[in-house]
Amino acid sequence: MPHMVRIEEAGVSYACAPRESLLEGMHRLGLRGIPVGCRGGGCGVCKIEVLAGEFHTRAMSREHVSDDDVAHQRLLACRVYPSSDLSLKVIGKLQKKVCTPVSVR
Amino acid sequence: MAMTGVLRPGHAQVRVLDLEESVHFYRDVLGLVETGRDATGRVYFKCWDERDHSSYVIRQADSAGLDFFGWRVLDKATLDRLDADLQAYGIKTERIPAGEMLETGERVRFTLPSGHVMELYAEKTKVGNGIPLVNPAPWSKARDHGIAPIRLDHALLYGPNVAEVQKIFTEVLGFYLVERVLTPDGNGNAAIWLSCGQKVHDVAFAEYPEPGKLHHCSFLMESWDQVLRAGDIMSMNTVPVDIGPTRHGVTRGCTIYAWDPSGNRFETFFGGHLPYPDYETMTWTFDNFGQGLDYPQRKLHETFLTVVS
Ligand code: FES
Ligand SMILES: [Fe+2]
Repeated sequence: MPHMVRIEEAGVSYACAPRESLLEGMHRLGLRGIPVGCRGGGCGVCKIEVLAGEFHTRAMSREHVSDDDVAHQRLLACRVYPSSDLSLKVIGKLQKKVCTPVSVR
Repeated sequence: MAMTGVLRPGHAQVRVLDLEESVHFYRDVLGLVETGRDATGRVYFKCWDERDHSSYVIRQADSAGLDFFGWRVLDKATLDRLDADLQAYGIKTERIPAGEMLETGERVRFTLPSGHVMELYAEKTKVGNGIPLVNPAPWSKARDHGIAPIRLDHALLYGPNVAEVQKIFTEVLGFYLVERVLTPDGNGNAAIWLSCGQKVHDVAFAEYPEPGKLHHCSFLMESWDQVLRAGDIMSMNTVPVDIGPTRHGVTRGCTIYAWDPSGNRFETFFGGHLPYPDYETMTWTFDNFGQGLDYPQRKLHETFLTVVS
């Protein structure tokens, strides 16, 4: 059963299956310019902060995710999978793209 | 051409986030041959047609990226001479004892101003390619397992101080500059392609603010058909593909860029022109970098400039 993932600042939601990474689901939204990088947790371009909801993760590069990041649920979207409905905030390189209104993208 | 000095790319050691997932990928999807595991947990691979024990080594770590890139030199005397030449040039070198890597002799290690760790070595056990040296068949059935490239061909590395790196490779290590892309203002090089033989490149560097970054390790395919077959296998295994199949303007090589399960980019590469050391360098202006990267599409893909490990 897919969960609903809400991107707070952009005010959009998308369905994301538990076996699908948050980045894959976000990519399907078709917002132009989402930086889909390596999709393996290695390059660090897809950073998000999970604000609420349950999730599970796979190994991601600690070069891009500090202990403080982990404590604040600032993680790489390509390695985070939803276990419930979620809300998130995009940060880092993602933010500029996702939060720019479609009209000026 | 009489080849002396540095002969070829010898080995790359790459960090992965999940060892067994990566072993499955490199062995069964990319189709490398697993040749050993050492006491520190590193897993060693070679391409099916390579004769030396290993060319690609992976290590589990909490970040992705390149530990070091090693160069096979002609012999022990060459190793000692290049070590002395590097030191005379002002580069600190370090000796790694024989056996620290499986089936590999003593290595001379140094760090480039771009932050990349390089190694030179003269000895690695020849385990062969499974084909006899007398009346050899043109291929073995290892060629059909996975993507199955024939050798580790080159790497593209991102970091600062590319002009200084170029001097070290051309003035100390005997490489020559085959192609380059100018910076937007035309006063420097944004990227350089260097050869130590008659391959179109053995290593390339691009100017980037963060040191020591891996853009890709490249694996050589035998034909354009084999590059397309590699693309089929990537899709069958849902490997994340970055660019291609297409042809680079720079080098004229045919290519697919894709990522391993830890976000280390790799390339399946075929072709390229055959330069000689006396050829003039070919130059691309920055406004034509799109053609240089992807000749038919003329597109400077954003990921090419921003996604590294
Ligand atoms: S896309 Fe590279 S870390 Fe997520
Ligand atoms: Fe390449």
